[in-house]
Amino acid sequence: MFWWIIQRDLLLAMRRRSDVLTTLFFFVIVVSLFPLSVGPEMNMLRTMAPGVVWVAALLASMLSLERMFSSDYQDGTLEQMLISPHSLSILVLGKAIAHWLVSGVPLVLMAPVLGIQYDLSVDALLVLTASLLLGTPVLSLIGAIGAALTLGLRGGGVLVSLLVLPLYIPVLIFGSGAVEASAAGLGYEAHFSLLGAFFLVSLVLAPWAIASSLRISME
Amino acid sequence: MAINWFKYSSPASFYSLAGKMVPIFFIAAVLLLVAGLYIGFFVAPTDFQQGEAYRIIFIHVPAAWMSMFLYLIMAFWAGIGLAFNTRLSSMVATAIAPTGALFTFLALWTGSLWGKPMWGTWWVWDARLTSELILFFLYIGFMSLQAAIDDPRRADKAGAILALVGVINIPIIYFSVQWWNTLHQGASVSLTQSPTMASTMLMGMLIMALASWMYSIAMTLMRTRVIILERESHTAWVSELHQKEATR
Repeated sequence: MFWWIIQRDLLLAMRRRSDVLTTLFFFVIVVSLFPLSVGPEMNMLRTMAPGVVWVAALLASMLSLERMFSSDYQDGTLEQMLISPHSLSILVLGKAIAHWLVSGVPLVLMAPVLGIQYDLSVDALLVLTASLLLGTPVLSLIGAIGAALTLGLRGGGVLVSLLVLPLYIPVLIFGSGAVEASAAGLGYEAHFSLLGAFFLVSLVLAPWAIASSLRISME
Repeated sequence: MAINWFKYSSPASFYSLAGKMVPIFFIAAVLLLVAGLYIGFFVAPTDFQQGEAYRIIFIHVPAAWMSMFLYLIMAFWAGIGLAFNTRLSSMVATAIAPTGALFTFLALWTGSLWGKPMWGTWWVWDARLTSELILFFLYIGFMSLQAAIDDPRRADKAGAILALVGVINIPIIYFSVQWWNTLHQGASVSLTQSPTMASTMLMGMLIMALASWMYSIAMTLMRTRVIILERESHTAWVSELHQKEATR
């Protein structure tokens, strides 16, 4: 059932490829705007790069949150999931993972290319990609809580950002911190351990919170 | 003597109890406020390092304490409301949020007023300032989520989940901001006060903290009463009350 949900969501995403591409290009455009606004000095860009890429990734992954449950809500699939005998937590975990595969993984793959624009070294590029790989699932999991809480509300999209962005802050700090630490020649293992801890904690707690939020929203 | 506490979990009986308690807490708040401000501004000695500017702590520190306490209390009541499906607890949680946001804002504001003469800048990306700012965002998120939902019961429960997620996150956010700050080589100024504090200073601060408590309780009760009236407007006891008010 878990795999089935992931497969189904991926299939739906493939049928509507433009959604995925929109998120990806949003990410690329936001990252590309920064040099235009602060000037093309390479030294400054190099120090800014991890923060810029991470903030853009946060915004891009938030962009697609609203769609996570809304189409299922409209066509009644969500209701079927609620009354199905399978655990709702597992089902929503599948949806969060599908969201990550669709909107998180493309960002991870795109990040090194954008890092080159900012003249990052090869080591820093690797660390940046790895930190995104570990951090973006957390974004999808936490974001799903916000998406479930605001399901079917007017102005839901803006509201999600207000609810979810403060909760993203720890991931942002250690994600971009890892790249900065490696650029400064310090160890980045501690950052990765913490990102991993966030991932595990959200993996355990978030599905429960998502499931109960969905139940509340569907009452 | 056994008191039946559950009696007051009914909005109708809580309404009249809260009505009796509001003036008590309000008067206590005013008295403590006057006493605390008097000690703060006239009795407490001038700090030899910071001069007169330090006196802002009599407002700043209680506000910062309250901002954190109130979030915990709000999440506690919201959680109780979610777990036991009690309407009144959720109403109290909703009533606490604006006061909490107010104190958070006050703490940030007075902090920056204090920072200007002390550090020469309005704002420092210090760990405590940053986490206080994030706490303010959490309050705003809670209130705007509840405001966006029309059905009050759904608003209560959704707000409760958000508040509980926030409570799990607050220590994580606090520590990550702190570590982030040390990674960034921090600001060269420190928030820590001189280690020994004159006892009158401490006294003034504690009295002001108590005044803030009393004020928060009074405001929460008042706001809860309004919420009760709003949500129970269809019930018999509210219309009776209304008629009584009208004939008086």
